[in-house]
Amino acid sequence: MNWRFSIRMARREGRASRGRLGLYVGAITIGVGALVAINAYRGDLQRAVRAESRTLLGADLELRSRTPFLDSLEALVDSLVAEGAERARVTTLGSMVFAEATGQTRLAQLRAVEGNYPFYGEIETEPADAWSQLTAGRNVIVDPALLLYLDAAIGDSVAIGDLRFAITGTVRSVPGEVSFFTAIGPRAFVDARHLPGTGLVQFGSLVRYAMYLQVADSREVERFLNTHNEQLQGWRIGYDTVAEREEELTEILDTQARFLGLIGLIALLLGGIGVASAIHVYVSSKLPTVATLRCLGATPSTAFTTYLLEAAALGLAGAVLGAGLGVGIQLALPYVLADFLPVQIVPRFSPAVVAGGIALGVAVALLFALLPLLAIRRVSPLRALRHDVEDLGAWYRDRARWGVVASLIALAVALSIWQAPHWAAGLAFGGGVATSIAVLWLFALLLRRLARRYFPRRAPYPFRQGIANLFRPHNQTIAVTLAAGFGIFLLATVGVVQRSLLTQLTLADDGPRPNLVLFDVQQDQSDTVVAILEASGSEIREVTPIIPARIAALRGIPVADVQREDPDPPDRWAIRREYRHTYRDTMTATEELVRGTWWTEPRPAADGPARVSIEEDLAAELRVDVGDRITWDIQGVQIETEIASVRRVDWARFETNFFFVFEPGVLESAPQTVVALVRQPDETLRNTVQRDVVRRFPNVSIVDLASVQEALDGIVSNVTLAIRFMALFSIVTGIIVLIGAVATSRFQRLRESALLRTLGARSHQVRLVLVTEYAALGGLAAITGTLLGVAAGWSLVRFFFEIEASIPVGQLIAIAGGALAITMAVGATSSRDVLRQAPLSVLRRLTG
Amino acid sequence: MIIVAKNLEQTYTSGGQPLTVLADIDLGIPAESFVAIVGPSGSGKTTLLGLLAGLDRPSRGTVELDGVDLATLTEDERATLRAERIGFVFQTFQLIPTLTALENVLVPVELQGGGGTEAAARAAELLARVGLGERVHHYPAQLSGGEQQRVALARAFANEPRILFADEPTGNLDADTGGGVIDLLVNLNQERQTTLVLVTHDQALADRAHRVIRLRGGRIVDDVEPARS
Repeated sequence: MNWRFSIRMARREGRASRGRLGLYVGAITIGVGALVAINAYRGDLQRAVRAESRTLLGADLELRSRTPFLDSLEALVDSLVAEGAERARVTTLGSMVFAEATGQTRLAQLRAVEGNYPFYGEIETEPADAWSQLTAGRNVIVDPALLLYLDAAIGDSVAIGDLRFAITGTVRSVPGEVSFFTAIGPRAFVDARHLPGTGLVQFGSLVRYAMYLQVADSREVERFLNTHNEQLQGWRIGYDTVAEREEELTEILDTQARFLGLIGLIALLLGGIGVASAIHVYVSSKLPTVATLRCLGATPSTAFTTYLLEAAALGLAGAVLGAGLGVGIQLALPYVLADFLPVQIVPRFSPAVVAGGIALGVAVALLFALLPLLAIRRVSPLRALRHDVEDLGAWYRDRARWGVVASLIALAVALSIWQAPHWAAGLAFGGGVATSIAVLWLFALLLRRLARRYFPRRAPYPFRQGIANLFRPHNQTIAVTLAAGFGIFLLATVGVVQRSLLTQLTLADDGPRPNLVLFDVQQDQSDTVVAILEASGSEIREVTPIIPARIAALRGIPVADVQREDPDPPDRWAIRREYRHTYRDTMTATEELVRGTWWTEPRPAADGPARVSIEEDLAAELRVDVGDRITWDIQGVQIETEIASVRRVDWARFETNFFFVFEPGVLESAPQTVVALVRQPDETLRNTVQRDVVRRFPNVSIVDLASVQEALDGIVSNVTLAIRFMALFSIVTGIIVLIGAVATSRFQRLRESALLRTLGARSHQVRLVLVTEYAALGGLAAITGTLLGVAAGWSLVRFFFEIEASIPVGQLIAIAGGALAITMAVGATSSRDVLRQAPLSVLRRLTG
Repeated sequence: MIIVAKNLEQTYTSGGQPLTVLADIDLGIPAESFVAIVGPSGSGKTTLLGLLAGLDRPSRGTVELDGVDLATLTEDERATLRAERIGFVFQTFQLIPTLTALENVLVPVELQGGGGTEAAARAAELLARVGLGERVHHYPAQLSGGEQQRVALARAFANEPRILFADEPTGNLDADTGGGVIDLLVNLNQERQTTLVLVTHDQALADRAHRVIRLRGGRIVDDVEPARS
């Protein structure tokens, strides 16, 4: 082999083919750009989380409880404080905030802060000194979203519970928290001294107590947790350390980034197909040159190396450009994803990611280019003497070709596994890609067969000629179907997944359903609240009593011992959590009896255990079934129950649903709150009734579902933006690939069209021949690709995301139609060349 | 004998049927001679040329080129043999469109590992010899058919081949231009003491050869040495 000649020749060829191989470069550029951007972003993300790990928690240790901290715990912490630790507290509960000036009310997440929280990082506010001034008076700092809802401004006063506060600022960022959800649950920070005065902490209110500790040496945290782990569990105290928080967050964010990375990988694989088709066209045009070189004494490997070098050089150029593009996108990603990120991303140039991206780009470019390039080795020098010469040896006997195919598959699988959130997803991804290629291949073969078998002999000439093109020698049926079909397949898959995810995030609008939820209504307030609601003309759908309870014993074994004594221990969370029970004598529309019997008759033994019904999935988690006994601790009173039935519950329906339902006659006298579901279609009335209830009972919380939906819509459009942003890469590459695939066959057809013209075919006849062929190819690719995409998307959605699939029919038709249109447009454009120029010049150009 | 063909036969499969395009070819061509292979279309002229030049493998028989049995050579070895000892002129010129005239002429030299300013000077000289001294940096598309074929001539002689194969070198040129090209070809052939094997159906051109081999239906029907003019 003659390296010097190959390098020299490759350089000279590159000089002339730069424009023609732009497609090739573009395909690689976009794929590499997407991957470099995502991987660099992942690096930035990890660095940001590591750098901010302490501020993410705001302390060295966080202790959490659903009930006020026990004195014994306080004593433990006191001893730490005595040794020099610092302590802060944040008590969080839902509360209505009522703006007196505008009469608007809105449910907010009230956070009562005590001490120097956060110890690490800063809560940024507008104006900047608002946080330090929080304790200076009865001040409140709120999320900007809350101001918007209340139509209030800084300086206004709001009522929270029984007290009035002055809004002194808005929150810009809280370390470790995502601004994403504040649209649904806006935050309001107050000084903890004022919490008792609000009267909000009442029986049944959902309050979360958190304690934050700062220690001199982080090992003290470990020592403390190691020593007191058992006690903390017994007291139902949750905790989080800096390391744990960092680990959780890295994992969540990395998974998020990897999903985007898979979309990037699709762009790169599509780019690979673009490369294959661009090189295929290029090689076809180079066959005479190769034959001449072979006549002049170039060995097959010298000729092959020449074009391999050229492909490598162009691949490198494409990859370098792509890396540049990727770095540019890396800078943009933090803005696109800002609302999802609890950390401040500072993009940093990562030589490793850029080098890796370039290497990957060149590898993908070369492997995909090799498939068509290998044909050069088999070009017979005889071609220089005559045109219709067979190549040396059949392609399927070419071992190198199978080697390349195997390497391609290995590369695709390796890349999928590397980029996917976990190896199984990577394998599934790779398998899906392989299956689709196989199916497309089969369909293309089938089309060729059918076109030959059912050839329309009586059709007009151009139509016949176009159909014949599908199966004549040198036909491009398989190449175009594979390339275009695969592009369409990927676009359709992304489309289905995207639509399903978005549908999942949208509250189904199934007719007149309740749009106000009132909770934390005390038992003695219930009648008055109902009266206010009725007076406003609102329709009360449901008034449900709620009784908080915890499991005291399971099948007679005290909760503390269940985990140890039970050979098949139930889920820890399930036995320790706080439950909210209700009681009623009928099942609701969202419930279905699975096992056991409902209590239609009075209890057989009046002094026996009370009957309860359990939800199906929870029964599995608790390892209990009909007949098992559970002892409940309800406000210090122990109540023995027996499971009478198991229910299936449709949680997705908008009703109040419960894990446990008690038979009537047991809980009526227990301390309880009430939840009411109400429908009030008129927005103004809805606002007034909320105001009236909150004025009377500030402790009652009201969720207006219309505003929740509004907030959800905002989130959905944010998610869409992120998905679409990445899908854009696939779409752009897909279009490039499609053009490439059609251009592949275009080259073959150019000469024939010129010949037809020479023989006297009129322009529209030539055009019709081409359009017929491209319409058939584009149609097959569009239909097969779309169906495959729907199948793949559906499987992904059902088995991976485990949600209901939703098919975006309009979008799919647009993708398929668009692909078909592009295919035919490129076909028509190719005929323009022939129709414009004298046939002879085309013939001469192609043969010379 | 610089070329010896023994019992050559070439059979292709066409539509499942064997199709013999060349049979019972025995011939010897002495060095520095000028042989024309003539015959009507489809008589197997070009097939014979391809076999003699080692561009294709015969179904049966042997070809010995400059003392080497082509059958014993691999594809690479035959390519090397062509690079070192053989030149080609084609009916459709087969210049490489992306290379300038000079670069086209340099290809055979560079394929043998040569190159550099000295080789470039020699190639430019060859181009001047064929009357294209002014057009060395032009691309094929910027040259007329006659000019292109003259570049091809220069390229054919660039590696100082022992044998030159020409396939209808005037087939794509008008009579006047073709005549000029043939004059150049014959002169260069004599100047450089090359063996010239030329396929043509142009009788006037064949008449200038030392020897005319006539093919019909894939067999040699006539092998004469016309009187030299």
